[in-house]
Amino acid sequence: MNLLALFRKKPSAPIARERLQVLLAHERGAHGQSELLAKLQEEILAVIAKHIKVSRDQVQVKLDRNEDIATLEIDIEMPDLSPLAAARH
Amino acid sequence: MAKVLVVTSGKGGVGKTTSTAALGAALAQGGENVVVVDFDVGLRNLDLIMGAERRVVYDLINVVQGDAKLNQALIRDKRIENLSLLPASQTRDKDALTPEGVERVIGELREKFDWVICDSPAGIEKGALLAMRHADMAVVVTNPEVSSVRDSDRIIGMLDSKTVKAENGERMEKHLLLTRYDPGRAARNEMLKTEDVLEILSIPLLGIIPESEEVLRASNLGAPVTLNSPTSAPARAYFDAARRLKGEKVEIVVPMQRGGLMSKLFGRRVA
Repeated sequence: MNLLALFRKKPSAPIARERLQVLLAHERGAHGQSELLAKLQEEILAVIAKHIKVSRDQVQVKLDRNEDIATLEIDIEMPDLSPLAAARH
Repeated sequence: MAKVLVVTSGKGGVGKTTSTAALGAALAQGGENVVVVDFDVGLRNLDLIMGAERRVVYDLINVVQGDAKLNQALIRDKRIENLSLLPASQTRDKDALTPEGVERVIGELREKFDWVICDSPAGIEKGALLAMRHADMAVVVTNPEVSSVRDSDRIIGMLDSKTVKAENGERMEKHLLLTRYDPGRAARNEMLKTEDVLEILSIPLLGIIPESEEVLRASNLGAPVTLNSPTSAPARAYFDAARRLKGEKVEIVVPMQRGGLMSKLFGRRVA
């Protein structure tokens, strides 16, 4: 073993590079995803709002990712339906 | 046709203002008609780096709000006549910048100048978004260091989604300016290499500005480094970057202080 190696610090740049690659692969997905979800929530809300009076927090959009499949869960909390009948006329 | 360029980074302290001043001056020294615009409302510094801090009367906010005409707020550089500065306000808060006002001012600047260079504030808030909003192209200033690269990646995402160009489905032209680069440390694997940063961010390289005492010296004196010491290594790197902005093909090298062994070792082609 080279004695000098004992005193030389391990190069840190390759570690920085690897950490960044892992982190950014994750973050790019996350930002893209949250924007997609925000857009979906906005558009679904707009469609529903045409017919039913709902508030923003009554429409929830969630994306779950397992190893093989991803599921998109859309949860719409319906208000009392009587205003719906009223709105039709 | 005027070009609107935003100099941005996400992270603070990486060299946005220094680079705005140096690129603006380098373009002006090459004969272009240039204005540099400070968008850092409340923390203006471009006036100081340009040596015009005692000449500020009106600012960007005054023009945005219609309290002053553009010509009253523009400060013409004393050393190069085709270089102007539009300072930010130091006393107002950033909410005084309205999207409509900024759009109007940028439109007026486009008619007067060949280059409108917007110095973005750090962060990803309103000020940074307004600075990039009307840009035709972006210079992303990055240090070869993990937090700077991460923030640049975030800013690149915003350039591709939150600008007028992006919203119109057009491609935003983005360039990487690697600053505070130390070729010796990169060669010893102590600092991210140019190739590493390019591979991670995957935008084309505009230039590599070596770490140099000349940059601090220039800001101490209130002069862009390309004016203060035009033959220094960082100034030569900025001159080359400015020519690339104009579309010229210039081979990318890391300029070193002339004459030393180091320049022979590291003044070579890198990308």
